[in-house]
Amino acid sequence: MNIHEYQAKELFRSYGVAVPSGVVVDSPEEARRLISEKSGIFSGSSAVYAVKAQIHAGGRGKAGGVKIAKSVSEIPGYVEALLGKTLVTHQTGPEGRLVRKVWIEEGAQIAREFYLSLVLDRSSRRISILASTEGGMEIEEVSAAHPEKILTLSVDPEMGCKSFVGRRVASFLGLPITLYGSFSTLLANLYRFFLDTDCMMVEINPLIQTGDGRLLALDAKVSFDDNALYRQEKILALRDLFEENELEIEASKHRLNYVKLDGSIACMVNGAGLAMATMDVIALAGGTPANFLDVGGGASKETVEQAFRILLGDPEVKGIFVNIFGGIVRCERIAGGIIAAAKDVKLHVPLVVRLQGTNAKEGREMLRESGLDLQVAEELFEGAQKIVQAVKGAK
Amino acid sequence: MSILVDRSTRVIVQGITGKEGSYHATACREYGTRVLGGVTPGKGGTVHEGFPVWDSVRDAVDAVHPDVSLIFVPPAFAADAILEAADAGVELIVCITEGIPVQDMMRVRRILDIRHEEGETVRLIGPNCPGIITPDGAKIGIMPGYIHKRGKVGVVSRSGTLTYEAVWQLTQLGLGESTCVGIGGDPVRGLNFLDVLALFEKDPETEAIVMIGEIGGDDEERAAAFARAHMTKPVIGFIAGLTAPPGRRMGHAGAIVSGGKGSARDKMKALESYGIIVVDNPSIIGKTVAETLSKGDYRRVPTCH
Repeated sequence: MNIHEYQAKELFRSYGVAVPSGVVVDSPEEARRLISEKSGIFSGSSAVYAVKAQIHAGGRGKAGGVKIAKSVSEIPGYVEALLGKTLVTHQTGPEGRLVRKVWIEEGAQIAREFYLSLVLDRSSRRISILASTEGGMEIEEVSAAHPEKILTLSVDPEMGCKSFVGRRVASFLGLPITLYGSFSTLLANLYRFFLDTDCMMVEINPLIQTGDGRLLALDAKVSFDDNALYRQEKILALRDLFEENELEIEASKHRLNYVKLDGSIACMVNGAGLAMATMDVIALAGGTPANFLDVGGGASKETVEQAFRILLGDPEVKGIFVNIFGGIVRCERIAGGIIAAAKDVKLHVPLVVRLQGTNAKEGREMLRESGLDLQVAEELFEGAQKIVQAVKGAK
Repeated sequence: MSILVDRSTRVIVQGITGKEGSYHATACREYGTRVLGGVTPGKGGTVHEGFPVWDSVRDAVDAVHPDVSLIFVPPAFAADAILEAADAGVELIVCITEGIPVQDMMRVRRILDIRHEEGETVRLIGPNCPGIITPDGAKIGIMPGYIHKRGKVGVVSRSGTLTYEAVWQLTQLGLGESTCVGIGGDPVRGLNFLDVLALFEKDPETEAIVMIGEIGGDDEERAAAFARAHMTKPVIGFIAGLTAPPGRRMGHAGAIVSGGKGSARDKMKALESYGIIVVDNPSIIGKTVAETLSKGDYRRVPTCH
């Protein structure tokens, strides 16, 4: 699960990681009112403000989602321009993301910019720290062009993020010795935040050294482990459903694991690995997969019916390929579920069903005798070829 | 021969009175596995589906000296269950549970590594995996037993049903399997591809290995580098997720392409460069194994002896 920058900054502040003061608004009127009341950040003498669109994607700056206001009078105009705008960044996909909230914060005097992140690193099986002197740039680009400018070190979970770890990173970043202490505290606080809230990744880009020698997180990006949300009520409350795909939300209500993609052939599969392999086989057969969908072990009539409804909710879908390898779940029960569900949802696109495994023969027989307009397959590639042909024929 | 488990392996089930644990303990017993009972705290001394139940793994160890503990405990309690089994001295722990927080597994893995370094034998398979099976010997997991046939191909995989797909092909072609190990789809787990390849290399019954990987991480690449250096047996590899877009999690917590690392195409190329026979169509895994083994000179020459 991801959260917005303004939410991450509030969490940072509560963990003692310094961030610029700011306020979140969802209308230009609200911004005008706060400014006229001289409340909060508008009471002081700050001359410069950053006005930042809040969406769950990186690359906002390049996409025009961050404006610098040189006086308070410029702020409402920028808020108005950003709200309701669809931002397209390298992480949003071509459809982009609608801006519903804007974060306004005090500008800071930047002396130096750094990159700092913590990530649950599967290679070392530990939390790794990544730090770079090239703040404000995409870390992937730095990694490709100047790998020597990135320090990676992993923290032994038995030991924790001790002061010496902080000093080592501070030294790599070339911080003045007077800032070693506050940097080590910042890093230890971030590590504690990471553990407490079951993060998968925390990224500050840029972390700045201000003109008056303070460390400040100018940006904040955090993602959490979905498996741990059951014990993170406060984090779960920060979830923004507007940032998620409607069909994916609907699927998760029915305990279906669905990810929408851009292709035209939908698939319904039991098991995540087989579901990915099925997408791949659709591509090998000359089609494009419309989604990833793992119906899990159960695959009852209700599950199959919900799955069909979700797949058909995507207007791009031109055909459906069901691929079930019956193990614990028997194929004739799945066939029964498919027949009942297909009748209820009134399928209007070609359907190919591939059943293999426990009682597959009986299941295929039931499908053939059902009178439904569908094709049956025994092998995986055969099924993929059949659905690709059927979709081409239907055009 | 086989690896890790066989007909003589003694098994207990943690979470045996739960729905899943109960169902699968019974299914494993029906397959012929020596399931000696199980553990559910608070239900010690009772009998469930004909299985004796103990309050703790320690009690079970004292009573029946199991070689393996099979875990079906819910995600919030699974890390504790794994450590309980390790602390009681169980040498092989198979954790089926899906959805364990990654940081829990990070701590578990660190503790198991420390015990290992101190000379204890403790191995973990999983979590979020189908388990391990030696056909006609022991089924310790949730896989359908009947699709397997005792034979000469070792199978190691991050996936569940995709493994069944490959196994089914091997069985249909009459090749059969020596042992199949599902190492699980989570980013932090116990045994890895590399560990299992090393065991298969030493097993006289295994003549070839099928390795089924996924996008995300670099475990397949590390295993392939190991194979290049140390293995004589052919390894046939498949990587799922060629069509998965970067940054999206595909069901398994581990299946995600991030930062240009771990894409299926990159993995396939790396595997090929280490001499792995890579198939891009999962429908022809069995056929490719058969073709490989039909060649007289299929043995590899490792670069290190």
